[in-house]
Amino acid sequence: MAVIDLANPTRFLTLVDRVLPWLAALTALVFAYGLYRVIGAPDDYQQGATVKIMFLHVPSAWLGMMGWGVMTVAALGTLVWRHPLADVAGKAAAPIGAAFTFICLITGSLWGRPMWGTYWVWDARLTSVLVLFLLYLGMLALYWTAEDPNRSARAAAILALVGAVNIPIIKFSVEWWNTLHQPASIIRMGGAAIDASILVPLLIMALAFTLLFFTLHFAAMRNEILRRRVRTMRMMQASGA
Amino acid sequence: MSLGPHADFIVASYGVTVLIVAALIGWIAADYRAQRRVLADLEQRGVTRRSQRTGGGAT
Repeated sequence: MAVIDLANPTRFLTLVDRVLPWLAALTALVFAYGLYRVIGAPDDYQQGATVKIMFLHVPSAWLGMMGWGVMTVAALGTLVWRHPLADVAGKAAAPIGAAFTFICLITGSLWGRPMWGTYWVWDARLTSVLVLFLLYLGMLALYWTAEDPNRSARAAAILALVGAVNIPIIKFSVEWWNTLHQPASIIRMGGAAIDASILVPLLIMALAFTLLFFTLHFAAMRNEILRRRVRTMRMMQASGA
Repeated sequence: MSLGPHADFIVASYGVTVLIVAALIGWIAADYRAQRRVLADLEQRGVTRRSQRTGGGAT
């Protein structure tokens, strides 16, 4: 099957049906190994066992941003190339990205209370991630209230492109402003500032979360294709075709 | 494995994450079953897409 064939929803569904069980199994395996490594990881010399929250918080933060990245690429696919699956991919990514951003905010708060003495501060990193979550909610409202997917596609694509401005703001907020949130400690000049005994389990968990994201994304795309088929068939039934 | 003096916060973090991910998986699985059921019902009533009649594969 050539890559161009995947533009055809029926062929894409065939591929998803074939790939999804393997992807789900691989996700479960990597999660099992990741959690095994998390249990065996040592406590941090400053945070103690509370560092275990980071194994959830950091991957979900990455995926919250990656979800919007997927929607941005999908938006280009909708507006520039008018790819038949682009809006399907964007719509499917929205609730998943929102869920991971929400996990990031909740686990960050639960880490902040014992470490900073507060659940929340209005610093640039926390506020920009909250803005990302609100953008996701706006996107979901746009998708779920529009009756015709063709009409919502263009508006959603524009919102995705506008919202993409927030992604570099989140990433560089800890460098551009004085924040209570610590600066980048993994993807930074000079390499990661975390010991391998904690970094390796963190990266395995990040891989597991990423596999989970794509497993759910493929499944949600399949649902959206089926939903659009149902809509088409109902319209044909109503028109007596 | 000792979770130290902040065990409640660690357990709550993992609990909330499991709940949200489980809800997401459950919602996507239920949506799939619902769409399949409606499609099967429509096909049983003889409603077909144009592409099905011509053997193509549009959405």
